[in-house]
Amino acid sequence: MDFNSLYIILSALVLFLLAMFHVAYLTYAERKIIARMQQRLGPNRVGPRGILQPIADVLKLIQKEDIIHPGVDKPVFVMAPLISLVCAASGLAFIPLWENFVLSNLNVGLLFILALSSLSAYGVILSGWASNSRYSFLGALRASAQVISYEIAMSLSLLSVVLMAGSFNLQDIVKAQLSTPYKVYLIPQIVAFFVFMVSALAETNRVPFDLPEAETELVAGYFTEYSGIRFALFYLAEYFGMIVMSALAVTCFLGGYAGPFEIPGIPFFWFLIKIYAFLFFYIWVRATLPRYRYDQLMGLGWKVLIPLSLLNLLVTAFIKLLI
Amino acid sequence: MSTTLIEITSKQRNSNSWEEPFFINMGPQHPSTHGVLRLVLELEGETIVHCDPRIGYLHRGVEKLAENLNYNQTVVLSDRLDYIASAANNVAFCLAFEKLFGLEVPRRAKLLRTIVGEMARISSHLLWLATHALDIGAMTVFLYCFRDREWLLNIFEKICGARLTHSYVRVGGVRLDFTQEIIDELYKFTEEFPNRILEYETLIDVNRIWLKRTIDIAVVTAEKAINLGLTGPVLRGSGVPYDVRKFRPYDAYSEVEFEVPVGERGDTYDRYKVRMKELRQSNWIIRQCLDKLAETKGEPVLAEGAPDLLIPEKIKEPEPKPHPKKGFIFTGKEVDVVPPGEAFASIESPKGELAVYVVSDGSNKPWRLRIRTPSFVHISAIPELSRGYMIADLIAIIGTLDVVLGDCDR
Repeated sequence: MDFNSLYIILSALVLFLLAMFHVAYLTYAERKIIARMQQRLGPNRVGPRGILQPIADVLKLIQKEDIIHPGVDKPVFVMAPLISLVCAASGLAFIPLWENFVLSNLNVGLLFILALSSLSAYGVILSGWASNSRYSFLGALRASAQVISYEIAMSLSLLSVVLMAGSFNLQDIVKAQLSTPYKVYLIPQIVAFFVFMVSALAETNRVPFDLPEAETELVAGYFTEYSGIRFALFYLAEYFGMIVMSALAVTCFLGGYAGPFEIPGIPFFWFLIKIYAFLFFYIWVRATLPRYRYDQLMGLGWKVLIPLSLLNLLVTAFIKLLI
Repeated sequence: MSTTLIEITSKQRNSNSWEEPFFINMGPQHPSTHGVLRLVLELEGETIVHCDPRIGYLHRGVEKLAENLNYNQTVVLSDRLDYIASAANNVAFCLAFEKLFGLEVPRRAKLLRTIVGEMARISSHLLWLATHALDIGAMTVFLYCFRDREWLLNIFEKICGARLTHSYVRVGGVRLDFTQEIIDELYKFTEEFPNRILEYETLIDVNRIWLKRTIDIAVVTAEKAINLGLTGPVLRGSGVPYDVRKFRPYDAYSEVEFEVPVGERGDTYDRYKVRMKELRQSNWIIRQCLDKLAETKGEPVLAEGAPDLLIPEKIKEPEPKPHPKKGFIFTGKEVDVVPPGEAFASIESPKGELAVYVVSDGSNKPWRLRIRTPSFVHISAIPELSRGYMIADLIAIIGTLDVVLGDCDR
């Protein structure tokens, strides 16, 4: 084994562990922050201030009985959570975490992330179909319709970023941003940023677009029939999705790993700070907003977000042409 | 005969025009059917073609049980009807029994009953707001409401020792007088509560998603509402200013000032608005009653001649009877414990009009008791209201009708 492949394996391991740690503590942070907003305590039993709660949760879910009820299409039922998780998690490989630290410096990195997040819709629809349950089926239909329609708005909003940077490579997009007077694309592309944030919420099935798993309507949506560690895999996929979307937003709109000044000694400092801000936004929205109705959600996607992002793309293209 | 039927069915199955309807069974164990309501839905996509409520999962036979319990024990049964607002049920039962007994309730007891009745209304409406908001997806409102409901339940605990099933009201008055501590606590509550209402309203009142989910959903015109037999906030949301507290005032409602809020369009949002206004009115009524309580300090809270908690089965009146050896002896002649006859009382419970009709045959137990509960009628309106709406709207409709299955199944 040569040095180069060893380096890649090691950095993949570091990235994966870092992401897993973040996912675990994102659940903890979400519960704590929402509890704070809702004037209750949140987890506080396991360890000091409940700090070991995620570990206890994982242990509990691993020990749970893995129920595969007789009506399911077994191979698909087993595959579906894995598809979801792999598609959600592997997006992280293309995000530049540091000036020279990106696991896979692909020239079409952005496209690849979008493709992966589209693929994760397969996990959802297959799980709903294989479960052979009506609630799961309705949840899966909702989820796939939602993911597909919001994918378009999200891609179009990112396309104007690509137009400005002139590259699909995320590393290049960050560098292109740093060469602009504002150092971020947030200011010239504020419309695209807005569209992206809304579609990212829908893409990751978060409030107010959490219809596929709306517990008051569809019990748990597409993963109603899942239990134990398979259930946990869907949850992991959702949180990985949140992290990838935040990372994408940071990379494309907020100047990626760059910060206003250098902090020596702490790697990824600015990158993490920005990601945390986005994740906090996700959690904050969850504590505040009610849920959209299915047709209203599709209406918002097709009638507002897609025309808006198209218009933004046109304007960007014209300005780019003139300058 | 049967073969031809099968042939027809298989023919239909094979032809393209025939589609199997998509049935979904919502409940009785569903997160948002509030208890054990079961709805069999026929869907077309996500649109409801037909909705068929199945009830009876919480049937306990309250009306039959009441025939085997004496009048004071029956009041305890009434707690289990609408367990969110048991004080209101107590009042309805006691009003009917008092008419039967011919009792006049002292003024202080009337005021105390009005206070607990309105407290029950606030606690019921808070629970409604909490679950309605949770069903539509606003989680924080749920916890805010429960925080304030907790305060109210603590006051209830101080009043009578129970948090949910009070049995505080008894035939002829109330069980205990308020202590000064309770009155102070209630003053504090009524002072603070309007601010809390504002807090909920800032969260959802102008929220665009909330408006989209509630405006023009399940519109009930005034005529339709009356025909369906809807009462309470649901009827008032349609613009009919019918309130038993105003039309046939009971307890101390004739002494206090309050408004009857009505809606205009009769949609889910209007019903939400009506209930929010009612919260303020209830608060205002409690405040007035508290002020009046000071005037009646020290007066009794139980009517003279109110029956004991254990009503004897038989009463014998001594009657001299001639006896061949001893001249005469005293034997007993059975007399009626309760005047025979019938009585009807209806009140404005938080969910709607709650009516009790009781028939007495002179014994210590009701010969027949009939309860008209709002939830039962409201559930029967679900198919009519939900037709053509989506599953998500159905959840909002169940929420806006504010049904409690204990109240429906009895």
